[in-house]
Amino acid sequence: MTVQTVIEAVRDGMQEEMRRDQSVFIMGEDIGARGGVFLATDGFVGEFGEDRVIDTPLAESSIAGIALGAAMNGMRPIAEIEFADFIWPTVNQIVGEAARARYGTLGQMCVPMVLRAPQGGGVRGGLYHSQSVEAIFAHTPGLKVVTPSTPYDAKGLLKSAIRDDDPVVFLEYKRTYRLVRGEVPDEEYTVPLGVADVKLPGDDITVITYGLMVHHCIEAARIIGNEGVSVEVIDLRTIRPLDNDVILASVEKTGKVLIVHEDTKLLGVGGEVSAIIAEHAFDYLDAPIVRLAGPEIPAMPFSPTLEAAFLIDTEKVSAAIRNLARY
Amino acid sequence: MKKTPPVVGAGVTRPSDDKLVQMYREMVLCRALDERVWMLNRQGKAAIVASAQGHEAAQIGSVQALQVGKDHFYIYYRDLAVLISLGLTPTEIMLGFTAKAGEPLAGARQFPTHGASKTLNLVNLSNVVGTQIPQAVGSALASKMRGEDAVTIVYFGDGASSVGDCHEAMNFAAIHKLPVIFLCENNGYAISVPLSKQMAVDGIVSRADGYGIPGVVVDGTDIMAVYEATSEAATRARDGRGPTIVETMVERYLPHTSDDDDSLYREQEDLEEARKRDPVRILQEQLIGAGLLPGDTDSVIRNEAKRVINEATDYVDAAPYPEATDFLDHVYS
Repeated sequence: MTVQTVIEAVRDGMQEEMRRDQSVFIMGEDIGARGGVFLATDGFVGEFGEDRVIDTPLAESSIAGIALGAAMNGMRPIAEIEFADFIWPTVNQIVGEAARARYGTLGQMCVPMVLRAPQGGGVRGGLYHSQSVEAIFAHTPGLKVVTPSTPYDAKGLLKSAIRDDDPVVFLEYKRTYRLVRGEVPDEEYTVPLGVADVKLPGDDITVITYGLMVHHCIEAARIIGNEGVSVEVIDLRTIRPLDNDVILASVEKTGKVLIVHEDTKLLGVGGEVSAIIAEHAFDYLDAPIVRLAGPEIPAMPFSPTLEAAFLIDTEKVSAAIRNLARY
Repeated sequence: MKKTPPVVGAGVTRPSDDKLVQMYREMVLCRALDERVWMLNRQGKAAIVASAQGHEAAQIGSVQALQVGKDHFYIYYRDLAVLISLGLTPTEIMLGFTAKAGEPLAGARQFPTHGASKTLNLVNLSNVVGTQIPQAVGSALASKMRGEDAVTIVYFGDGASSVGDCHEAMNFAAIHKLPVIFLCENNGYAISVPLSKQMAVDGIVSRADGYGIPGVVVDGTDIMAVYEATSEAATRARDGRGPTIVETMVERYLPHTSDDDDSLYREQEDLEEARKRDPVRILQEQLIGAGLLPGDTDSVIRNEAKRVINEATDYVDAAPYPEATDFLDHVYS
């Protein structure tokens, strides 16, 4: 085991896959000599050369579209979007095209590509460097959407995403890149897509979350645990497909559910998870499902006080858990 | 609108006589198919038709300059003659227009001519104009990365040339000298909007200078001109010298699709002028002049096309629609 940061784990995951499979290559802005703005591809040009580590023009739509075409012609591209806020020009190629390629060709074309992007706030990114975009992509059949929270998961899920024969939108929380450390095995491993993880077992309340929020929820659960309430924290890890089994098993055990995400609430992932629980585990519920999510403003404001007001933190999660425990 | 006269390059590659007659056969077959599916639309049997009439020489001439089975073809909705020239049968294509079971490109999930053929390296994913251009560049990138000498050709209309993806794709292909041919079928209309309202120049080829790549304008009704230009572009691509824009000036005889009414925006005289540049008649006259359609050869070709199209019509008339039992399949691997 080695203790790594999330960004180190992302880098190692890509590096290992590029070493084992010649069809894997990376394209994106500033990923070459610069090594990526977050250094996710630091040193890659030296090892793999400019043919497999392609610095692109500032043109996100074609980054996605070219990756899609390369994927349909036998390659396994990793297309990097510098910030998730810049991902919208790719929607036409990803939601409109990549997601439908298999369905629209009766299974003749497959799209083994990964669209990687750092997302989320807490880094003073303001309206255009802080956004969460998972809900937009997760609504699209044909795509897979992954939101890792730890170094172990980031590496294992990214390796699975690269090997997957379907298009995967891989959203890394930039706030976790250097903040979150964790043990990563030295030996080869992968984490399967579509499988949620019980990050902390408990009996009284289920907290369902993903990404950066996992860490606030674990911290809050530990605090509340000292107050005599046993909290289970589930990390969805993959937003599409959702792991209904792990969600429902926990709800059937605890009967109380808090869903936490950084993204805004209305029509977000929490709404879907709530609906799944209401449809399949209504009889087990002892309290209304509670969602704790970003406020209904278009994006995260810049000033530190305003940013803090937007973001969910350990205190806000703790307060929500206490309220739910009292119900 | 005014058409640019043919400007052909060195003309090193001319199709053989046999190939010319074969191309004529395909052109006649495609025209007969095109007329038939339009009729099927008016009979309520084909929900949507985008006609290739007027574009056939650009499509067949370019396909025949490439290596089917090795090269990659990214096409758009008006490329009926590309399908014929690649070897799809009229029955297979007509199954698409009638959305019947057994349609080979998409199982009739998509609009006619859309979907893919793995064996033909044919891709037509989308109705969204221009999206295929970066995809084709990605295909060319893949071929280059693997050291193959396969070429990718991407077809698009003048309308698609306005989409940002077109610029992004051409620029990237130029930077990396990718083996791709940008074949524009410039018929002067983006549905109803004439070229003069799409761009301030006569066509897209002048952009080639801006990307630092070669571009050539050809008379898209002259199949030999298209064949030569595409051959040269393919040679350049296979030699590692990068992409070429081949702009073929063609005519669109019919409305944008069967749902369009071109009388709202197109003068009758414009259509009459366009019909003087009929690629089928032009090739017919060239072949007759060269003595390549001796005796009753031409009528044999035309009768054979009619017979094949009639048979295809009977077949698709009798064919069932797909069962809805597996329409949920092929979302994920």
